[in-house]
Amino acid sequence: MDPFESIKQTFFQECDELLTDAEQGLLAMESGEADDETINAVFRAVHSVKGGAGAFGLEDLIRFAHVFETVMDEIRSGKMELTDEVAKTLLRAFDVLADHVAAARDGGKVEEGRSQGAYGELRGLIGGEEEDDDAMGGGDEDFGFVPLTLSIEGEDAPGGFIDLDAQNAEAGVELPAPDQAPQDELASWTVEFSPKSEMYAKANEAGLVLRELARLGETRVTLIDETLPPLDQLSAEQAYVSWRIQLFTDSDEASIREVFEFVEDDCNLIITRDGAEPSVAAPTDDGLSDDDRAAADSANADLDIAALLARVGGGDAPAEAAPEIVAEAPPEAPAEDVAALIARAQSVAPPPAAKAPTPAPTPPPVAAAAPAAAAAPAAAAANAAPAAAASVTIRVDLDRVDRLINAVGELVIQQAMLSQRVLESGLARSSNVALGLEDLELLTREIQDSVMAIRAQPVKSVFQRMPRLAREVADMTGKRVKLVMEGEGTEVDKTVIERLADPITHMLRNAIDHGLEDPEGRAEAGKPAEGVVRLRALHRGGRIVIELQDDGRGINRPRVRGIAVARGLITEDQVLSDEEIDNLIFLPGFSTAEVISDISGRGVGMDVVRRSIQGLGGRISISSEPGKGSKFTMSLPLTLAVLDGMVVTAAEQTLVAPLSAIVESLTPRTEDVHYIGGKDAVIRIRDTFVPLIDVGVALGFRETAIDPASGVAVLVESEGGGKAALLVEAIQGQRQVVIKSLEANYQQIDGVAAATILGDGRVALILDVDALVTTQRRKPAARPSEKRMAS
Amino acid sequence: MSKTVLTIDDSRTMREMLNHALVEAGYRVIQAVDGVDGLEVLQANAGQVDVVITDINMPRLDGFGVIEGVRANPEHRATPILVLTTESDAAKKERARSAGATGWIVKPFNPVKLVDAVRRVAA
Repeated sequence: MDPFESIKQTFFQECDELLTDAEQGLLAMESGEADDETINAVFRAVHSVKGGAGAFGLEDLIRFAHVFETVMDEIRSGKMELTDEVAKTLLRAFDVLADHVAAARDGGKVEEGRSQGAYGELRGLIGGEEEDDDAMGGGDEDFGFVPLTLSIEGEDAPGGFIDLDAQNAEAGVELPAPDQAPQDELASWTVEFSPKSEMYAKANEAGLVLRELARLGETRVTLIDETLPPLDQLSAEQAYVSWRIQLFTDSDEASIREVFEFVEDDCNLIITRDGAEPSVAAPTDDGLSDDDRAAADSANADLDIAALLARVGGGDAPAEAAPEIVAEAPPEAPAEDVAALIARAQSVAPPPAAKAPTPAPTPPPVAAAAPAAAAAPAAAAANAAPAAAASVTIRVDLDRVDRLINAVGELVIQQAMLSQRVLESGLARSSNVALGLEDLELLTREIQDSVMAIRAQPVKSVFQRMPRLAREVADMTGKRVKLVMEGEGTEVDKTVIERLADPITHMLRNAIDHGLEDPEGRAEAGKPAEGVVRLRALHRGGRIVIELQDDGRGINRPRVRGIAVARGLITEDQVLSDEEIDNLIFLPGFSTAEVISDISGRGVGMDVVRRSIQGLGGRISISSEPGKGSKFTMSLPLTLAVLDGMVVTAAEQTLVAPLSAIVESLTPRTEDVHYIGGKDAVIRIRDTFVPLIDVGVALGFRETAIDPASGVAVLVESEGGGKAALLVEAIQGQRQVVIKSLEANYQQIDGVAAATILGDGRVALILDVDALVTTQRRKPAARPSEKRMAS
Repeated sequence: MSKTVLTIDDSRTMREMLNHALVEAGYRVIQAVDGVDGLEVLQANAGQVDVVITDINMPRLDGFGVIEGVRANPEHRATPILVLTTESDAAKKERARSAGATGWIVKPFNPVKLVDAVRRVAA
């Protein structure tokens, strides 16, 4: 992939993370829980967004991020007070910022009015127009360069090197252009360069500056060492020498000055243009390329240093040293001018003297001189370090994971079948084959868990979209709402997560639009103006439970009942518990909104939510307290691929009951079973009566129930908390089964959640416990729900 | 021997851009994700790093802290440090300078300027 595009993708990925962090920080700021570090983190996030946007020339995003960043900076530095109003403005602006990022990514554009509105609000916080374009002006010209410079990739630089001169020329950096500028246009400049000790303390080196200067044209370097004290008074931390350089170049003063950009505050620098053409030895066409000249000049500079070293050291500078210590154009050729020089000087001069007068008082880079033996382990460490610093994740195509999961699913089945065959073959349980199979089973289980873990992701990715949604709905409905989220780190299978988004979105809209009162209504009810909606995720009993709770008005039961009767969903005289009335809202064709609003009333009712949850093998229920609010509870399997089940026999069918729903199993005693109205059985389990459902009858395998005493009762609990005892003939055992969707392969059947393939290769149906329990409870004739006995 | 540059930046995008431009120019690049990490990586690669490029705004330890940390360590004090500044913020640049920064690169940088700056300080 084009590296430019690849980095851009990284940028947008990072933006998602940054925006998430920023939003959390902003929410904390709004609730007054933000400390300095939180505010700083928000600033940094926006700052990074802007930085990346700058690199990619995303003007709209830069502009918006810039003003956002400015506000954050003011808050961070204490110049602006973080009021509720400011926090709310920032949150609104944040949504626009996120839109800008999305627009930049998708090549769209944020609606002008929206962007301008938020921009204006932020500007308003800063007050005044002062800096506006100024702050950006400096960068603007740089932005223009970026696309060009990234094109150095590939075709231009096959060898992995940049032709720096060509690049410089392209980028508008002025360098002498050989064979183009006639020699007689070269001006002569005199540069006096006197470093101060501070310059060396910052790891700048005079030699490098001279080398840089030589890139501009021919130089004649004179070393001024008059202030150099005798050796015994020399301090390693002081700067003693300076240089006078005559430079022949067609560059202007600004370009020359740029060479000294990093050091100009730490040196005395005088740059003067000589009045006349260089009188002596003006470079005529000597056939040398610029590089050669630069090299030669560097050599001259180095020669002076060498001479100096030699003099200080009392030795003779080897004249032939010069050509060998030429400073080439970096970075291909490591220009070890100073280091090489020192090495050479050390060979001719007494060591202590040689070291003292080097331009840099600090030791030269060890890299150049490091012994090979020491370098080897160090290099190994160097290789390990970046790996540790970089994130240790890989990205894998989801299809591959799914193929793996499917294969593991088959493995589980195959392993079960094999176990069964071995068992049937009459081999002793202690036989080697059986023992080996047990190990295999454990291993299979472990593989399966590991594979499932690959797909597990925190629900955060869905939750993080909700604060924004809450703000938008609140804005549209004129309500005030605070969304509190918990358990974002709760992990669940990726497919489940993806399909959670819609139901949660719908329920959240519903909660704010219908559940919460408007501020006046809340005031009348004696509640704070701001409504609270809690969104919570947790693991419970091998499932993930999502709760959405509001502190609004709760379900208006008489009204719900009235509507249900009017729509013909229930009969007028039907007796329903509060819970059952509440749950009427999930029935198809039920909608309580009198005015179809923009938000919840999109032709989608709660029945659609329930269907999509059920499609995931989940349940949804509501509990409500009038005047205090409602709570929606969704419960979903952690994975859609496997299930721990209890294999049972009913009406000669092998069926699987999800283990998560099972409380206990028992053998019914005849005296504990009672019949209500002569036909609906209930069983007494300790002090409670629960319905006794004959599974064979419920699923239509047979007409009449078996004698309870001849079978086994499996006590199950539905998501809604309702209990029932399922009557089956026998329990075969506990087993992990691979779920095969019935809907995908056949069609949905009431009371059946899915199917699986057992060890003997037969298909078994997986019971939908909740459906069985609720169907039983819905029967209008008798409602033998739990009743306390006085005994 | 190609020179080694240690880049310290909390932004993955920026690290990738630096990496791309520097590798393209023939440097070896080591990355660190914040100031603390940067100093640790520098220590782990003692004697191997020719130039340090650091961002200013970072969690845990900012760029100024990095500069001070490098300059305070006799082993690394001669290592050139380039700071990345987003805005041509004079105050920040000055603060970095007085802490001991060797030079600076103004973001958004273009690779030519970046490589120029590295060459200028890399012995």
